[in-house]
Formats: sequence, C-alpha cells, structure tokens
Amino acid sequence: MTVVEERPTPSAEPPPSLGNRAWALLRNSWRQLTSMRTALVLLFLLAVAAIPGSVLPQRAVNAENVAGYFREHPKLAPFLDRLDGFDVYASPWFAAIYLLLFTSLVGCVVPRLLDHFRALRTVPPDAPRRLERLPQHAAAEQRPDDPAAMAATVAATLRRRRFRTVVRERPDGSWTVSAEKGFLKETGNLFFHFALLAVLVGVGFGHWYGWHGNRLLVQGDDLGFCNSVTQYDESSLGPRIDASNLPYFCLRLTDFDASYQTTGQPKSFDAKVDVQDEQDGPWTPARFTVNDPLRLPQANVHLLGHGYAPILRYTDRYGEQQTKIVPFLPRDQMLTSEGVAQFPDVNIDPKTNQRDEDLQVGFEGVYLPTVDPNGSATSTYPAERSPALFLTAYRGNLGVDAGLPGSVYALDRSQITNGQLKQVSGSRPQRLTPGQSWTLDDGTKLEFLGTRQFVTLAVRYDPTQPLVLGGAVVGLIGLMLSLAGHRRRIWFRLSPPERSEPAGGGSLMEAGGLPRTDYPGFAEEFEQVVAAVRDERTP
Amino acid sequence: MAELSNQLMAITVLAYLAAMVLYAAEYAFGDRSHIGRAATRPARQLVGAGAAVPPDDPEGPVEVVEAAPRRDRGVLLGLIGVGLNWLALALHIGTVVTRGIAADRMPWGNMYEFILAVTLVGSSVWLGVLTRKPGIRHLGLFVALTLVVLLGADGLIAYTAVGPLVPALNSYWYIIHVSTIILASGILLVGAVPAAMFLIKTGHDQGKRRFPYTLGAKVPPAATLERLTFRLHAFAFPLFTFGALIAGPLWAEASWGRYWGWDPKEVWAFISWVVYAAYLHARATPSVKRTTATWIALLGFATMLMNLFGVNLFFEGLHSYANAGGM
Repeated sequence: MTVVEERPTPSAEPPPSLGNRAWALLRNSWRQLTSMRTALVLLFLLAVAAIPGSVLPQRAVNAENVAGYFREHPKLAPFLDRLDGFDVYASPWFAAIYLLLFTSLVGCVVPRLLDHFRALRTVPPDAPRRLERLPQHAAAEQRPDDPAAMAATVAATLRRRRFRTVVRERPDGSWTVSAEKGFLKETGNLFFHFALLAVLVGVGFGHWYGWHGNRLLVQGDDLGFCNSVTQYDESSLGPRIDASNLPYFCLRLTDFDASYQTTGQPKSFDAKVDVQDEQDGPWTPARFTVNDPLRLPQANVHLLGHGYAPILRYTDRYGEQQTKIVPFLPRDQMLTSEGVAQFPDVNIDPKTNQRDEDLQVGFEGVYLPTVDPNGSATSTYPAERSPALFLTAYRGNLGVDAGLPGSVYALDRSQITNGQLKQVSGSRPQRLTPGQSWTLDDGTKLEFLGTRQFVTLAVRYDPTQPLVLGGAVVGLIGLMLSLAGHRRRIWFRLSPPERSEPAGGGSLMEAGGLPRTDYPGFAEEFEQVVAAVRDERTP
Repeated sequence: MAELSNQLMAITVLAYLAAMVLYAAEYAFGDRSHIGRAATRPARQLVGAGAAVPPDDPEGPVEVVEAAPRRDRGVLLGLIGVGLNWLALALHIGTVVTRGIAADRMPWGNMYEFILAVTLVGSSVWLGVLTRKPGIRHLGLFVALTLVVLLGADGLIAYTAVGPLVPALNSYWYIIHVSTIILASGILLVGAVPAAMFLIKTGHDQGKRRFPYTLGAKVPPAATLERLTFRLHAFAFPLFTFGALIAGPLWAEASWGRYWGWDPKEVWAFISWVVYAAYLHARATPSVKRTTATWIALLGFATMLMNLFGVNLFFEGLHSYANAGGM
C-alpha cells in the first residue's frame, strides 16, 4: 500500500473556493484512506472485530447454542443480538471494516499496478556519475578489451543472470551497462493483493448463489428423499436463487456400516446409497464417508452423523395397527439416543370414524444400543450389542394439531403440564428388547420390531469454490515472490584507458550496485556478478 | 513404546532445562562472547570515534583484559549448553518418533502431540539458525526457557494417552494441514524470541536499566535481532497461509462441506494471519518504527498461543478433537 509521509503544504495560495475545498477534502480523505497507517488500523480492527465471534455462539455455526445462550442470559442476549453479536461475520459493522479495508487496498494497488506497468516498460536508468558512492562498488580495473566489446560482454553476462540490461555509449567515448532485476517482487505483491480481491468476490458470489440443506435419512428404499427445499429438515438458499434452481437428484440409503475400537471410539463409517440424478432415470449405487463426500454434478453430500431409528408397531383398541420408524437422536459418543414416537391417528372408532383427541398415544424415552449390565442409564458401546428401548407411555391430546411447529424428538411439554396428556405407564420406563411387546393399561399394544440405521447429511453447493481456491493459491505464490524477491540495480562503466596510453589498449571497468529493497545478500551477489564478468572471455 | 515415549519426554524436558541452566550460567558469569563483541563494534564506531568511552562502560577495553579468563569459562559453559541443547533435540525427536510408532500414525493427533511437535520444530529451527550464526548464542537462554515452559505446560495440562485417530481426522489432509501448521507455529515460536529480545535490547540501548531491560545487556545487537525476527516471520508466514488458509479450507470442504465456517479455531487462525500480515506491512513501511512493527509480531504470537491454549481449553468447536481426552 502507498506510504503517505508528511507532505509540505503549499503556502501562499489564494483562498480556495467552496468547490475546491470540497474537492480537497475528498482528495485528502481518499489519501488518508489509502494510506498505510489507515490500512494497518483497519487490519487491527478486523482482527479485533473477529474476536466476539469466537466467544459468543454464532447462528451460522450453531443455532442451538445461540438459543441456549438466550435461555442462560435472558437480559444480556437481546442486547447483544441488537449489536449482531450472534451474527458477527454477517453484521454491518464487520462488513464495514472489511469493505473499507478492501477499498483502501484497491486505492493503493491500482496506482501501484499502473506504476509497475510503467516500470516494466522503462529501461534501467543510466549509471550515476560516481559509482563509488553506491552501497556496493568495485574499483576500476584494467581490462584487455576496448570499451564497446567489454560492454557487450558485461551485458551478455548480466542478461544470462536474467537482469534487464541496457548498454549506452557516452559522448566521452565510455560505455555504460545498466541492469535491473527483481521486478517479480512487486509483481508478486500485486498478484497477492489482487488475489485477495478475487477471494472476496468469490466468497460474496458463493454466498449469493450457493445453497445448503440438512437432512436426516433413514435406511430403506421406502424412505428416500429428493432434492427440494420441502424435503430438508433445515435449508438455506442464497439470496439470488430460489427453490426451483435446485438440481434434481434423489437419494436412498441402502446400507450404513460403522466400526469401532474396543473403547467405543469410532474407527470408520461407510454410507452406501442409490442415486437417481434425472427424473425417472436409473438408480446407481454410490458410497461415501466422512472426509470423502458424495460429489454430484451440482451438489456435494457430506456425512455428518448417524444413529438408530427404532421400528415401533402400535395396535389400538379396535385392532388397527400402525408402524412408525422414528429416529432417536444420539446424545453421547456411545449413542445413547433420545426420541419420541407419536401416534395421533389411532383409536378411531370405526363406527363414527371420529378421532378422539383424548385417546392419542405417545411414547418417549431412550434407546441404548448396548445396555450396561450394571444398570447405568447410558449406553456402554455404540454398536448394537444388547439393545433395549426404555419408554414411558402417554395418552391424551398430543397437541400436534395446534399447527404450531413442535419438535419431532420430544413430546409437547405444555400438554403434559396442563393435564391434557397423561402418563399411563409406571414410574419406571418400560424396557423393551427387539421383538418384545408391551401391553398398556387399556389393552393396546406396542411392539418393538427392531431398528434401522439413519445418517444425517449436509447437502451443499457453492459455485465459486474454484475461484476462491484459485485466488488463494495465486495469492500464496504472489506472497512468496514478494517476500523472497529483491529489486536491485547494477551498473558497469567501461571507460577508454588514460589518454597517455596508446589507443586500443583495453578499458577501465568500474561497477556499482544499489539494492532497492532490504536485501542482506546483495553484497555477495554483486561480487559474484563482478567476478563472473572478470572471468568472461570475449568471443 | 508409549511408555518409552513418556519417559523420553521427561528426560527431554530435563535436558532442555540443563541446557537452559548452562546458557544462563554463561549469561550470568561470562562476559559478552567475543563474537557478540565483534558484532557490536561497528555500531559503536558509528556513534563517533570522538565519543568518550565512560570509564564504567562494561565494554571498555580495560575490563576486557581483566575479564578475559572469565570470558573463556563463560564461552565454555555456553558451548556445553549448545551441546546439551542438541542432546535435548535428539531426545525430543525420540519422544515424537516413539509416540508415532506407539500410535501407528503421524504423531500430531491431539493437543499434547501438537505442542510436542511444534516445540520440536522450534528447537530444530533454533539450532539450525545458531549453526549458521553462532553470534546469537546468548538467545539460547530465552529459547530454552520458552521450550521448557511450553513442554512443561504440555505434559501437565494436555497429556493424552496414546490412541488411534477418530474418523474425522482420517484423511491425507491430516498430514498436510497439521504438519504445515506445526512447521509454521514452530518457526513463529522461535521468531518471537528475537522479537522480544529486540524490544528489550532497544530499551537497553536507550539507557533503560529496569527489569526486563537489564536482560538486554548481553544479547546480540538490535539490528541483528530485528533482521532475524523478520526473516523467521517472512519464512513462516507463507507456510502458515498455506496450512491454515488453503490446506485447512480444502480439508474443511471435504469434511464439513464448507471451506470456511468461522469455527473458533478458524476465527483465531484468521486473527493470527491478519496480525502477522499487519506486522509484514508495518515493517515494510518506513514511517512505522521497527519497535512498533516488532510489537505487532509479538501480538501475533500471543494470538497463536490463544489459539493453542485458549481455544482448545475454553471454546467448543469442530476442532475439539485437538484436545481429545486432554482435560
């Protein structure tokens, strides 16, 4: 970025007109914004502004934690929310900082780009009159060839070392060779900064045109899902696309394998699916796992988690049967899982065909894939070694018809509190192993038929990922060039020998070097160049 | 093998401690080494040949003659310190290698192993730089101190029994992403030492004699320290960029579906990157004082420490397996 030092203010000018003053203010503000000092301050502000996002829970990262924070700090949370404390990285003040920073960056690198183009086309300047004043200097020495031939040799040597080289003949009969190298430093630096802009643009467009959805998918051909907003448990589309833009595909989970260490720590996961990527097209098998997503043409399917879905069959007072496959959500590493099975449409009198809302049935409880023989309430191993369900039965109004969105993983607590939903089983939950059935107090029956596996999936698409990656890689290369490069100039002066000597008696060679950036190895390089010229034999 | 690794770890810390004691002995009993003296001489001449040397100047010629035998003893102590440092490095490598064999994978799967590897890189870089520039040996005390503190903290608060990787870590990115971050962190760790000593030395040169400026009495000249600081940071910064901002997001995309998600670890890596970028900008700007720029580098190191300890121990996030079983 440009370095703005204190400039002497021009004095004794006529008082500026209003328009001029406004222009001056604008120009000064722009200069101030694009100055290095401002850029540094903005960089620090950006770093500081990012901190709250790691301390406070973020909606974009974990919405449940935000809800938890609201419960724990009912007074503070709304205040923080008004300051976008839970959406730090989408907040106007965070955007203000990085947009100002990038404006400052543009204001700095665009003029530098122009300067650099100019510098690339400009030939290295002629040698200064007194080479011995330069940081590096090789004293004059006698060479056998005449100045013109010597200059050609020097230029060839320098060109071989990839210096940009110009040979000049001076009116006094001497020749100079000017050489410059290290333009890659500035080139790299500019590439780095423009690559940052590309990354910012990529991130912005990715946000506009990307989408993602989360979905819990239970194993079985009967329980597949297709890519549409309504089929996701949770989804979010970028502002520039709508539900009709989602590509067509359907997925069925055919098999899921998990293996574990003896300690219960997971070793590997393997999800097998059937994919259909056009309407009425064939189903093709595919498999994916953690770290290795299923890559579809315009979507990636990532495996996030897994668990068990008990299969429960309820037989009501009139002998009608209903079967439900209900995913129980794991709450620990050993897959102790919680869930609920709700049967709102049961106990319908076949004579009246009327549903009695007081006879709806719900079961709530935990599923342990491996029951602890010592009777602890949690599973002791994540695979199904000795599985059992522990359920409590409720009868009454489940409250599912109120039209309010409720959790499908827990019963409506308010219905229990207001007495409309009553517990009808004993104080201890009923234990059921696969195949067992349980007869309730009214003669109805619940059977635990077994379980199916389920997986939780994140489906995502971000069209600008290649741009962001390309930007980052170009930026890194530019960064390395800019940190490793050094701009430097070397001059050689080849003068005819003293007049007293006979003509054609060789030349005097003098050299000087100027590192234009901080470059401790320059002295060494300079000596090498001079030595190389010295060793050179003219053709 | 795991047991052997733990024993080696304890001996490693003791060896670093012994190296530190000998460096300290040289620091306390020896005069400035003749190499360091030679390096400062031009600086003194710059002050002006006519400037009178105060009689109580410890660098005064009279003292040199008197202190000569003592200085030799100091140098000897310092050289033994370097030898012990090499021994500690060998033991350190042994600790990490046996740990890797015991776990049958790359030994950087949790916080304990991560710190073990970062300090190993730090120690190697330090000895590498020392070999090329023997004149900076006086920094050894502060490098060894840093290593002992970090390794001690590692053993006390982050120790984790040997275990296999969780599936989330089972990827070739585990090798690429974590190893580059370890390399960068180790170099930045070593870079923080000359940075801090540069600030202390500058204060000492300005005549400040309070602690900690008294520590600056014998370290290499300020310009040497500043240049070393910059070169270490300029080398580590692209590595960190690659590890944290390219390899990390590539893995995150494959694993979690998005390349950047403002996980606490990502937030702090971003903060570190921004602060170190500010350091490089500040150092490239003539109007910003070198001391100011160096303070920014130290701030960057503080954010790295925050990311290592603060985020692992206090925040919940997707990178939590870094601390598996640690607490």
